[in-house]
Amino acid sequence: MSETKTDDKAQAKPAAATPVEPLLVVENLFAYYTAEPSVKNVSLDVRPNEVVALIGPSGCGKSTFIRCINRLHEEIPGTKVQGRVRLAGTDIYGPDVDPVAIRAHVGMVFQKPNPFPSMTIFDNVASGLLLRGGTKRRDVKDIVEDSLKKAALWDEVKDKLSAPGLSLSGGQQQRLCIARTLAVKPKLILMDEPTSALDPISTSRIEELISEMKKFITIMIVTHNMQQASRISDRTGFFLLGDLVEFGPTWQIFNKPKDDRTDQYISGRFG
Amino acid sequence: MLTLIWVAAAVALIPLALVFAWILGAGLPAVSWDFFTQIPAPLGQSGGGMANALIGTLTLVGLASCVGVPLGILCGVFLSEYAESKLARITRFTLDLLTSVPSIVIGLFIYALLVVPMRGFSAWAGAAALAIIMLPIIGKTTEEVLKLVPDNIREAGLALGISRWRVIMSIVLKGSSGAVATGVILAVARAAGESAPLLFTAFSNQFWPSGLGQPTPSLPVQIYVYAISPYAEWHQLAWAGALVLVSVVFVLNLSTRILMSRSGVVRAR
Repeated sequence: MSETKTDDKAQAKPAAATPVEPLLVVENLFAYYTAEPSVKNVSLDVRPNEVVALIGPSGCGKSTFIRCINRLHEEIPGTKVQGRVRLAGTDIYGPDVDPVAIRAHVGMVFQKPNPFPSMTIFDNVASGLLLRGGTKRRDVKDIVEDSLKKAALWDEVKDKLSAPGLSLSGGQQQRLCIARTLAVKPKLILMDEPTSALDPISTSRIEELISEMKKFITIMIVTHNMQQASRISDRTGFFLLGDLVEFGPTWQIFNKPKDDRTDQYISGRFG
Repeated sequence: MLTLIWVAAAVALIPLALVFAWILGAGLPAVSWDFFTQIPAPLGQSGGGMANALIGTLTLVGLASCVGVPLGILCGVFLSEYAESKLARITRFTLDLLTSVPSIVIGLFIYALLVVPMRGFSAWAGAAALAIIMLPIIGKTTEEVLKLVPDNIREAGLALGISRWRVIMSIVLKGSSGAVATGVILAVARAAGESAPLLFTAFSNQFWPSGLGQPTPSLPVQIYVYAISPYAEWHQLAWAGALVLVSVVFVLNLSTRILMSRSGVVRAR
C-alpha cells in the first residue's frame, strides 16, 4: 500500500515542477509570544489542492506557524506577527483586512476534537453559517448534508442529526469538526495534529478523508507522526526551533533530505 | 475521629430541621385561602392575609431582576472573557466587596441616593437595593461557569470566522445557560428573602400596591412588622408568611440543584 503511494509521488514529481499559481504564499514570517520569536523568518508557498505536512519536534513552532495563517495567533494577548501572508493574492495582514473575514476562508481543525457543547450534530455543522449570517435557512440544510458527506460522516449520523455532537465517538467528533469547517467553504484547511488524540482506526479514516478532500480543497497539516506525513502529503516542511529547515516534495524529505538536521530527525536520531 | 465528623454533620442538619419543623408547626394553621387573597385586616378586626406583600415581593424581585440579571450576566461574561484586563481585576474586586457589604448598608445607600431625592419610599428604590444584592451573586456565578468552558471551544468558534462577540454569546454563554440560570435563581431566592435593604427603600404598607412610586409591602418586611406587634393573630400571620417565604426559597434552591445536575450532563436541544 505504502509502496504504491510512494510510486505515485515519484510519478507526480515532474508534474509538480510545472509552475502553478500558489494559493498561499508566506514570506519572511516571524511570530512572537515573548521578545524571542517562536517562528523565525519562515517562507513557503502552498499550491491549490495540495496537502502540505509540517513535521518537527514539539515546541518547534509548527502550530504557531499555522495559527498565523488564519490570524488566530494574535487572539492570545501579548503576541505579535511580522511578515507577509498572501491567500489567493490577498495580503491577510493588510491594513483593511478583517481577521474574522479571513478565518472564513481558512478553516482549522484542532488537536482535540472540539464540537460545541450543548449543540446538536446538525447545529454544530450549521454553526458557522448561522452565526456568521448571510446564508438562507433553507440552504443551510443542504450545506450541512453536503458537508457531512464530504467529511464521510453522513451515513453514520443521518438518522440522529438532532443528537448532541458530544454523543459521538472521538473519531466521529473529529470528522464532525471537519464537516463544521467545510460548511463555511474555506479555500484552505489548517489541521493541527488532528489525529493525535485518536485511535489508529479513527486515524486511518481521517487520513483517507484527507486524501479524498484534496480533490476540492487545499490542506496544511501539522503532525508528529512522520509516517502520517509520508502517507498523506505532497510536500513536507521540517521545523526545528522556529526555523523552517527544509521544505520540499515529501518523497525527497523522507528519502533524500538535503539538510543534515532533517536527515537526523527523519531517521530518528533526535526529536 | 470519624465519629466526630459524623456528629458534626448531624449537628449541622439540626438547625435547618428545627427551623423547618417549627415554622411548619406554627405557620401551617394560619395558611389559608385568605392569606393569599386578602390584604391585612385593619387593627381590631380578625382575618386578613398578606396578598399585598406577596404581590409586592413579586414586583420588587421582578423589577430588580430586570436590571440585576442582564447586568450580572454581562459582568460575569466580561470577567471571564477579559480576565486579564485591569478593568476586569477592578470589577472582580468590587463584586467581591459588594458581596460582603451588609445588606442594610445597601438599603441606607439607596435611601440616600433615591429615597431622599424622590421624597418618598417606592418600589423603584426597593428594587434598586435588591438589584445591587443580586448583581455580585449572578456576576460571580456566571464568571465561574464560563471559565469552565475550555479555550479550544472559543478558538473553534473564532476559526470558523465567527466574531468574538457572537462566539461568547451564542456558543460559550448559550452552552452554559443551564448553569448560568442556577446563579440567577440563587440570586432571586436571596433577594426574595431580604428585609433589611427594603426597610428604608420600599418600606411597607397595609393596602394593595398602588404604583411603583409608592411604598411597597414585601413578605419579609411584613413578617418583621407582624412579628414585633403585640397581637397574637398577627404573630400567627407572621409565621404563615415565614412558611411561605421559606417554601419559595426552598423550591428555588431545589430547582437550581436540578438545573445544575442537568446542565452537567450533555443536553439535547
